[in-house]
Amino acid sequence: MDILSNLALGFSIALSPFTLMLAVVGAFVGTIIGALPGLGPSNGVAILIPLAFTMGLDATSSLVLLTSVYYGAMYGGRISSILLNIPGDEPALMTTLDGYPMAKQGRAGDALVISGVASFVGAFFATIGLMILAPMLARVAYFFGPAEYFALYLLAFCTLGGMASQNQAKAALAACLGLGIAMIGLDNNTGMPRFTYGNLHLMDGVDFLVAIVGLFAIAEVFFFIESHGRDSAVGVKLGKITIPVKDIIGSTGAMLRSTVIGFFAGVLPGAGASLGSFMAYMAQKAIDPDKASYGKGNPRGVAAPEAGNNAAAGGALVPMLTLGVPGSGTTAVLLALLMTLNITPGPTLFTDRPDVVWGLIASLLIANVVLLVMNVPMVKIFVKVLMVPAWILMPGVTMVSFVGIYSLTGSYFDLVLMIAFGALGYVLRKLDVPTVPVILGILLGNQMENALRRAMTLSDGDWTYLFSTPIAIGLWVAAIAGFVAPMFLRGVMKKPAIADADDLAD
Amino acid sequence: MKFTLLKALGTSAAISLMATSSGWAAECIAPANPGGGWDFTCRQVGKILYDLKLVDAPVQVTNMAGAGGGLAYSTVVNDRSEDANLIVAASSATTTRLAQNAFGGATADQVRFVGAIGADPGVIVVAKDSPFQTLGDMVEAIKADPGSVAFAGGSAVGGFDHMKPLQVLKAAGFNDITKIKYISVDGGADAITQTVGGFTQAMTGDMSEIVGFIKSGEVRALAVLTEERVPGFDDIPTAREQGFDVVAVNWRGLYVPKGISDEAFNGWADKLKAVAESDEWKASMEANGLAPFTLVGAEFQTWIDDVVAETVTLSKEIGVIQ
Repeated sequence: MDILSNLALGFSIALSPFTLMLAVVGAFVGTIIGALPGLGPSNGVAILIPLAFTMGLDATSSLVLLTSVYYGAMYGGRISSILLNIPGDEPALMTTLDGYPMAKQGRAGDALVISGVASFVGAFFATIGLMILAPMLARVAYFFGPAEYFALYLLAFCTLGGMASQNQAKAALAACLGLGIAMIGLDNNTGMPRFTYGNLHLMDGVDFLVAIVGLFAIAEVFFFIESHGRDSAVGVKLGKITIPVKDIIGSTGAMLRSTVIGFFAGVLPGAGASLGSFMAYMAQKAIDPDKASYGKGNPRGVAAPEAGNNAAAGGALVPMLTLGVPGSGTTAVLLALLMTLNITPGPTLFTDRPDVVWGLIASLLIANVVLLVMNVPMVKIFVKVLMVPAWILMPGVTMVSFVGIYSLTGSYFDLVLMIAFGALGYVLRKLDVPTVPVILGILLGNQMENALRRAMTLSDGDWTYLFSTPIAIGLWVAAIAGFVAPMFLRGVMKKPAIADADDLAD
Repeated sequence: MKFTLLKALGTSAAISLMATSSGWAAECIAPANPGGGWDFTCRQVGKILYDLKLVDAPVQVTNMAGAGGGLAYSTVVNDRSEDANLIVAASSATTTRLAQNAFGGATADQVRFVGAIGADPGVIVVAKDSPFQTLGDMVEAIKADPGSVAFAGGSAVGGFDHMKPLQVLKAAGFNDITKIKYISVDGGADAITQTVGGFTQAMTGDMSEIVGFIKSGEVRALAVLTEERVPGFDDIPTAREQGFDVVAVNWRGLYVPKGISDEAFNGWADKLKAVAESDEWKASMEANGLAPFTLVGAEFQTWIDDVVAETVTLSKEIGVIQ
């Protein structure tokens, strides 16, 4: 079979000792990043991108390292959810609902094991789904012209923006800010400089890696500076880790259902892992006869969201690889990585660079097994990491960011720009304006503009061309629904009291 | 201020480099990051020059990315204009940008173009189920209704891929070229996807971009824009034999600083000719989808002057430059 021979090619690349080592390191670092409250997968990947370049890794190796970090962070997020009642990242929010009550009942170990296994099931089957669905989606590209691409980018903005904030207006503001920043530099249709004010450094536009590291990593450092001394301590006791076989068997159905739900939530451009875990939890609760026990420490309430968010992480890779439209904040960061590596995601990626795609898929499968081993028997190590004081961690993050960006661009100007973005990110978060749409705007702004201008060229300036095909209309409808629906969903979604979950940076 | 400082640093680095090098220890500047076409030119030519013992020491390749080649151009013009040991990789993109004033006021006569040693032939391609069987069919359709045919290409508006259909229509006596639709997408493969998908009616690009799609049968080439048919693709007719006198190839070659002596210039021309005739280069061209296209010395400079003049005229007509 085609998939099997491709997979064999992938494993032949991924099983080299060096790649394998990168997968293990990535999985380990990723789990730590996920476990630390505040540092989510997109921050983690953003910080490590420059590092990957500094190490001179090739395309496949960088992708393996960073997607392992991505998957690892999805696993790690649950640890602080269960032990501290603080989600390590936004997608792990739903895990607090039943995970922390379990921990308070002295079943922290059980909760960690169940959620670890659920994460494995979700991520494993989602990777298989990616393998099957992505090549099929790649063929869809022949149906995508400028109008469809424009609507698709809009869909990414609407769904990610809609989910990312408590306030649609703020999400829209953030997206516009990002689009505005994307306009800086040479206009690629006419070659005219825009918003450069004669500054040569701005001629090539704002490098999205500078913006990403600034908005995510540096802003995070500012937050830590502000909140120093408020370090969280692990309040619940973690006893001996045993395998709660009965609970795992009891949650098998929940895990599999949640995997399917999470995967498709991830495939939707922009929706991402938070929606996946939310929908998986709600669906599980809705069909379970024992509704009353949810929120009080039901093991299935831990299994469902964890399987859901890990499956969504895999699903989000599908639109990123096949259409070049990220399915979540972290895949947006990964997209930036691909573009920097001169790999154009899109329908031709699967035929042009099978080594990259299948090497990536194979290493995801390997990383998953590694993560299961790390997160079940060795979970205590990560619990210790949670106690690392911020005054050690944050200087490290700062150093990696500065060294990374400087080694990437070799420009002092970019360092200043990065700090400016850090300050912007801090202010935006203070104002409850999400930063993910800003990144998305910088990343997709030029392509979205190009799609619009191509559409206008083809149609002689006729705006109705944008709504002229069934696919385009479908995307427009989905985009509007994706933007409006969270306003109603919010009423249903019960938010637990948590300290800091304002960035949906899954 | 910072910029002047950088420039000063560059100059002093260049001076120290010249001081330490001797004889024919040449340097080749690739005005882009490693991996692209210019980098390929420098590395291949540099290697063959040394293999053929035309230079005493291995050619040092310097990557100087920035402003689409503009940074390297201004460095050569301002700081290295008398360095006889310097060659710089160039292609059609270099002359197009110079003609369109995209190098911050620099002009094509500020350096000397020493030779081309290969070319990626221009092609015009349609989807396999297109109603157009010949280039003539397409030209007639455009003459009847210019809006009915849209072209997709990998270069920017006003770029080399855009110029190709305009040149063909001009050759056919159609002068209202602002009416011709062209959309710029991210590379040749994307342009083919748009054409096969039916969003555009034709694709304009280079031979190397379409080889895979021609073999898989998804597209048909209406014409190749060379003087003679390309070896290996003998069933693709040239535009010329269909009655449209257009030759548009994405040449790969080199320029040298303006201030060097005629002996030095002719020396480089002879060396390039030797490289072009070597078996090693021929094998390298075949592996990279290039067709033979050798033009060196004064002859090449004249050809470049014509290309630049024509690009200026066309660019003015479509409004890319004033």
